Amino acid sequence: MQNRDPHHDGLPDTIVHDEVVPARAPWIHHIKKGQTLRIVDLEGNQAVDFLLYSEADDCERYSAQDTVAAQGNLFLRTGTVLRSNEGRPMMTIAGTTVEYHDTIGGACSCESNTLRYGHHTKAQHACVENFLEANLTEGRGKRDIVANINFFMNVPVESDGALGIVDGISAPGLTVDLKAEMDVIVVVSNCPQINNPCNGFNPTPVRMIVAA
Amino acid sequence: MTTAPSGTLANPNAARDHARAQGGTVVEAMPILPPLAPDLPEGVAPDALLWEETVAPGGYATRRLPRGARLRLLDVKGDACASLQIFNAEMPTERYSFADTVKIQWNAYLEKGKFLLSDMGRVLMSIAEDTTGGKHDTFSGTSNAYTNAAKYGDGRNSGKFPNGRDRFLLGAAKHGLQRRDIHAAVTLFKGARIADDGTIVPDVGPFEPGREVILRSEMEVIVVIANVPHVLDPRPDYTVTPLRLTAWRGAVAAEDDPIRTATPEGLRAFLNVEDYYRR
Repeated sequence: MQNRDPHHDGLPDTIVHDEVVPARAPWIHHIKKGQTLRIVDLEGNQAVDFLLYSEADDCERYSAQDTVAAQGNLFLRTGTVLRSNEGRPMMTIAGTTVEYHDTIGGACSCESNTLRYGHHTKAQHACVENFLEANLTEGRGKRDIVANINFFMNVPVESDGALGIVDGISAPGLTVDLKAEMDVIVVVSNCPQINNPCNGFNPTPVRMIVAA
Repeated sequence: MTTAPSGTLANPNAARDHARAQGGTVVEAMPILPPLAPDLPEGVAPDALLWEETVAPGGYATRRLPRGARLRLLDVKGDACASLQIFNAEMPTERYSFADTVKIQWNAYLEKGKFLLSDMGRVLMSIAEDTTGGKHDTFSGTSNAYTNAAKYGDGRNSGKFPNGRDRFLLGAAKHGLQRRDIHAAVTLFKGARIADDGTIVPDVGPFEPGREVILRSEMEVIVVIANVPHVLDPRPDYTVTPLRLTAWRGAVAAEDDPIRTATPEGLRAFLNVEDYYRR
């Protein structure tokens, strides 16, 4: 194939969806079993807050705790199986050019921003606002927002338990490929946080490519 | 265990007498009504008692607790494992957030003086006392049907090895809640440490009998508590011992409360609680 887009390298040939999600915006998309979603961190160090629901039964959804317990490890790497609250595989990290991704840092919210930074940040846009907006389009609401994944975000845990969002380990053009193990609904917040290093203090667009 | 009746129970009166004869039976795991606890902390009046119940191995219990209530969890025999769901009772869409709890406190481990945050920037409960030395885990969650079937051959509520998630479902349902309301859990009495490479290292004991944790309700909460083996318990057998729960009324956090004032993040979380109840 001529002039193939380098961001398509290594994906199956049939691209069924390709979209750039603007900085700070939500994104929702249905992905069929067997398809692969590639997320491209276009400009580097952009946290992509990520939730999953089973298309057949959206009470079954991504569970951070079931995912980390099943692999006995907090970090999400190539080979990690993203599991549901009922223990079933929803997607697998088929490959990633980042060392690991986070699933304990949660999503920023207007409310948690008041705790971390002060009440002057209450009115800033936040990931939970994006999760709500996207989910509400399909009838899900506040109680459907659960602990999420943060692709391209770095949350180390020190030996004394000290934990925090620190400088990213991502860079422009790095990717994560997710293979769907069931029909899923992906809900993303392209994180708008500007008070910590998760986006390099500068939220930027990301690209979503679905291949079959 | 009820003795099988020797005579016929073919008529309602005989059935009634047989049923009534069972009243007053005392077993290890049961609620005590009205609540009675011979070992309340000094200064707690017996008429402040709200709840006294022992949860069987594999069992669960649930309760709505007022603001200021103290909930004491007692590991009677050294192998209890209390996994909790916590909701704001009057608006259960607000519930425990493990991610916010560790992120806001800048630390992965729970111990005396730490608090359990909701997903709305408020403190649901705080850890007022803890004799376990911080043997708690808010990363691994609890077991589900899949993990218990793999480990014990079965995980159903109706079987011998109930899983934590299905226990939560039953407890939450009794407050009108549904499958989509079950969220990440916090587990008390079993530890987990995180290695540099992210490995979760469980510490499941067994421990000395009589360990206790006292949680203070900072909001009116619904708690659902499952007493099931830790999901990463390496022992091949379903191993768990009774959990005793005692709750009593108490004062809400004072302005100079050490947990309320320990950190700027915590203070703002308590300010958010106080603002919520400003009505």
